[in-house]
Amino acid sequence: MELSDKLFYGLLAAGSLGALAVCTLLGGGGGAAFALFAILVLAGSLLCIWERSVVRSAFCLIGTFGGTAGLFLLLGSDFLAMSQILIYVGGILALILFGVMLSPPDLGERKLPRVLSGLVAVGAGVAFVAAKVASTVNWAQAAELAEPEHATERIGVALLAYDQYAIAFELAAIVLTVALVAAVYVARRRKIDLQDEGARG
Amino acid sequence: MGLGAYIAVSAALFALGIVAILVRRNVLYVLMGIEMILNAANINFVAFNRFNHAEGSQSNLDGRMFAIFVIILAAAEAAVALAIVLNVFHLFNSVKPAEADLLRE
Repeated sequence: MELSDKLFYGLLAAGSLGALAVCTLLGGGGGAAFALFAILVLAGSLLCIWERSVVRSAFCLIGTFGGTAGLFLLLGSDFLAMSQILIYVGGILALILFGVMLSPPDLGERKLPRVLSGLVAVGAGVAFVAAKVASTVNWAQAAELAEPEHATERIGVALLAYDQYAIAFELAAIVLTVALVAAVYVARRRKIDLQDEGARG
Repeated sequence: MGLGAYIAVSAALFALGIVAILVRRNVLYVLMGIEMILNAANINFVAFNRFNHAEGSQSNLDGRMFAIFVIILAAAEAAVALAIVLNVFHLFNSVKPAEADLLRE
């Protein structure tokens, strides 16, 4: 393990523990749960950018997607959390891993100065915007936040009610069908290519 | 935690997605960065939906519905993008987006 790796992992661990402590002090149990999932999300994506190998990066995304599902749970959207895990971790990540397996190895690999300068630039930008927003925006909140409602049944009804989301639902179904058929069509190996390879081999 | 905390996490995730696309020169990282960006948007939708729900009223579903449709379209996008990426590997034998500079074979 190189020095830069050690430094990065150490900083990441220290930052995570610090954020966890701050959020626990500020918000008690709820704050700790939020901090846990937020750290999962951000550390997952940071590691995804940092890791050298594409496979490792893809697996780090599990943290990002799972953490997002956890945040959805904290926000009272249990149905969304479950679909997030099913579709992102089970589907999209598997697709990305297929892409990794079928791709030629990336020998250019990671350029450390590029990664560092990108992270620094984005850190500075986010910090600036956050400071600006925190000092100017007054988030108007409902005085008394209601208990989260478990709305799975209402979501199902709304998706099929013709005066709510039925048309959008059917459109999404058509888009998915067309997109998947098109993906199969685009990804297939053409007869000419196979003949070429036969002639070459 | 308040709305601001969720917005902050989503903003940071969005920015990291942009970094993943710009910094790593590899088509697969472009895909991963796009997924991160869509996730950040979803966190925003659900957070605003949650904090719009006052005591004594029925919760509004709009934000959650938007997030569901974003997830559906992300799945379609991932499938099509993977097909395109496979073709790029096949034609250019490279994973760098900069080297895929021809539309024809």
